[in-house]
Amino acid sequence: MPYDYAPFPYRRPPGLDAPEPRHPVVIVGAGPVGLAMALELANHGVPSVVVDDNDVVSVGSRAICWSKRSLEIFDRLGIAEQAVEKGVTWKVGRTFHGDREVFNFDLLPEDAHQFPAFVNLQQYYVEQYLAERALAEPLVDLRFKNRVTGVDKTSGRLEIETPDGPYALEAEYVLACDGARSPLRDMLGLSFEGQTFEERFLIADIEMAKDSAPGGDTPERHFWFEPTFHPGQSALLHKQPDNIYRIDLQLGWDADPEHEKRPEVVIPRIEKVVGHSDFRLDWVSVYTFRCARLDRFVHDRVIFVGDSAHVVSPFGARGGNGGLQDVDNLGWKLAAVLNGGDPGLIESYDRERVFAADENIANSARATGFMTPASPVAAMFRDEVLALAGKTAFARPMVNSGRLSRPCIYPGNRADDPSLPDASRPGAVAPDAPEGNGWLLPQLARAPHLLALGCAAPDIGVAVISPEITPEIRARYLGEADQAIYLVRPDQVVAGRWTSADETAIAEAVAALWAGQA
Amino acid sequence: MSLVTKPNLDDGDGFYADLLAAHDGLSEGASHRLNAQLVLILANHIGERAVLAEALALARTDLSET
Repeated sequence: MPYDYAPFPYRRPPGLDAPEPRHPVVIVGAGPVGLAMALELANHGVPSVVVDDNDVVSVGSRAICWSKRSLEIFDRLGIAEQAVEKGVTWKVGRTFHGDREVFNFDLLPEDAHQFPAFVNLQQYYVEQYLAERALAEPLVDLRFKNRVTGVDKTSGRLEIETPDGPYALEAEYVLACDGARSPLRDMLGLSFEGQTFEERFLIADIEMAKDSAPGGDTPERHFWFEPTFHPGQSALLHKQPDNIYRIDLQLGWDADPEHEKRPEVVIPRIEKVVGHSDFRLDWVSVYTFRCARLDRFVHDRVIFVGDSAHVVSPFGARGGNGGLQDVDNLGWKLAAVLNGGDPGLIESYDRERVFAADENIANSARATGFMTPASPVAAMFRDEVLALAGKTAFARPMVNSGRLSRPCIYPGNRADDPSLPDASRPGAVAPDAPEGNGWLLPQLARAPHLLALGCAAPDIGVAVISPEITPEIRARYLGEADQAIYLVRPDQVVAGRWTSADETAIAEAVAALWAGQA
Repeated sequence: MSLVTKPNLDDGDGFYADLLAAHDGLSEGASHRLNAQLVLILANHIGERAVLAEALALARTDLSET
């Protein structure tokens, strides 16, 4: 059944009738990133106003692959259960060259983690779940059909246009979550440089019975290099909820987008992909893409978050997931600064998320290069990697149909004992593990924590968690060591770790954390 | 470890003959394909980025962009 794009209510904003008080935070854009940002700030006790020029969720499936890290973040925002229950959990990935299956791989979740590696869920569902939470959250003031027409980055003043006329908002911080074509970026005249790929892809959602879909009951991701049904190009098929399947077809740079979008052109192409005509076309779009980012994400009182700050090619699902990781990084830092904390925390958002954006851009640019070789010799190496992958194991990891989003390891000079396991090294997100009747990660959210394993933590005013040392916690946090203490940031990033409870060193690391240095 | 640039094959002439024999009967296009696969196979066997970087630089010496 097609999704019901019910509009959210527009309400006359108070600023039309009398000047509003200065707000701590105004968020521009009620997409997944803006809404998640508002809920994350609410988790830290910070109220925000969210303005959006539209009043419905985004049309078409758009971002569909949500990573384990995004699900962990959704858990804090209160929508993970809905997302996992509604979403399709990946099971099998198959890679084809021509009509030949080169190899397949399991997408089963890591053992003993709360969330699977990925679920597929249309962006409109994610936005709906987040908007429902935001509308029920007293600290979030969500205003639809409020379009920003002007911004002053020094004062934090925004000019807003509504169906009832214009008004102004002022904020300590303006968070630009207004997407890849960010109007705020243009209003500030910021350059957005990067690499454009001369390639066009057709993207289509179709509805079909699962009996007539690849894999049947088992959700499968299929990726074809040069399929015979679409010579010389590549194709991708993904299962989504509601028997909706997503198909991406490479078209080449010369394709005419308007022509390609016509049903009489699209439908025969899709018939060739799925091998029959028993489907309904739900949504179709033609896209080009580029990899680009702002030089800096922080411009006085305006902070760019998500696609407004950085865009990547879609392979690897690093757009939506990368944006949610921005939210994760910024939320606690901004809350601390608004409460009088060290402004160095905002600098550290810029530094850490620029690093992450560069990693995402490098990965997605490489995947795009593999998929759409730029020269005859690049095409030859690509084809020979695929040929080798069919006959020997080593070449399979070289096949690049997208390196799936994972949180980066933030670089920096954090206290470390390298004898402890690699998985929980400083700068990494603390690995999840079963704990009691639940999970470890939810206990490490919202405030800094000391994780004390096999020893007592010093009493330095930081919350302490002392879980039972299960085999999973031993493997992920102790390795061969008998004891360890971890300092974990509110965004669950490991800020330091020790094999002895050195109170002075730990207190220094806590101070560094609140200064944006850990 | 760094790239070995001194003679290192027990029977260099024998390997050279094997290399050419592997190309016997192949079209030029197929020979390019074989070479490409060979590069990938040997690179995986070497398994050290630093050594491979030296090899790439050495092979590139004297080849100018046109």
